[in-house]
Amino acid sequence: MSAYTATVTVRLKRGVLDPEAETTQRSLERLGFELADLRSADRFEIDLNAESPEAAADRVDEMAERLLANPTIHDYDVTVDER
Amino acid sequence: MTVSIIGFGGSNCDRDAERALSHLGIDAEIVWHEDGLPEDTTGVVLPGGFSYGDYLRAGAMAARSPIMAEVREAAADGVPVLGVCNGAQIGCESGLTKGAFTTNESARFQCERVHLRVEDADTPWTAAYEEGEVIEVPIAHGEGRYEVADERLDELEGEGRVLFRYCDEDGELTDEANPNGSKHSVAGVLGEDETVAVLMPHPERASLPDVGPTDGQGILRGFERAN
Repeated sequence: MSAYTATVTVRLKRGVLDPEAETTQRSLERLGFELADLRSADRFEIDLNAESPEAAADRVDEMAERLLANPTIHDYDVTVDER
Repeated sequence: MTVSIIGFGGSNCDRDAERALSHLGIDAEIVWHEDGLPEDTTGVVLPGGFSYGDYLRAGAMAARSPIMAEVREAAADGVPVLGVCNGAQIGCESGLTKGAFTTNESARFQCERVHLRVEDADTPWTAAYEEGEVIEVPIAHGEGRYEVADERLDELEGEGRVLFRYCDEDGELTDEANPNGSKHSVAGVLGEDETVAVLMPHPERASLPDVGPTDGQGILRGFERAN
């Protein structure tokens, strides 16, 4: 068993309205920043032990499927690093 | 006949639902989620509130609590289930109904009276109304914008599973009358079976004559019709 940190990034699917991101963008623009677009995402860092990076990724993928993301509105990706 | 109103940590419309159902002569009791669903339950209300502080996503935690497996089994056996507001979010998160209720277009919490157009009067939850009838019921939510894939929405509309849409007082669907930016102004939908329904507006807050309009009574009476 090796120790890994898996990072799950959950973001809204393209085309799904993100009112919080729009509000944040407007606020940045009010502060004088120029930007073309802003998207927000949730990031989860999960420490776990597994036989291999692939095994760690599989388990974390299931976590994303079953809880961390809502497939109706979200896409997600998983990366795994040795800890 | 006793309807179970499931209380989660952070539910806050459970007592309103109990009072409204009792007023209509429908026996109801609040059931703490850890105590499990009573075997003889004849209906389930997933009440409004902020279960688990809306952590992760509104309804996400409650949807994965053990009692929801019992609720899904009961629903499959034909026990009527009504999710209101946070209960609607829980219903979608748990797969009882399609789609998701997410952040309002305004990015604000909105508490106001809205008009709803009855889309399909041929369900237990809408049989008290005429198709196209306009009723007035309050909303109180920050995450009520209905999102669903276009093809799923086509199915829901084609199968008559959209219960209510937000409209103006004349029944017209306009952007101004759509309080949260819901796709196709959808305010409530049916699950696979017509005995399962979720909606963001609060029928239990429009059921007691002492506190205002009573247009929501017909929705709650669905528990009498679905049994």
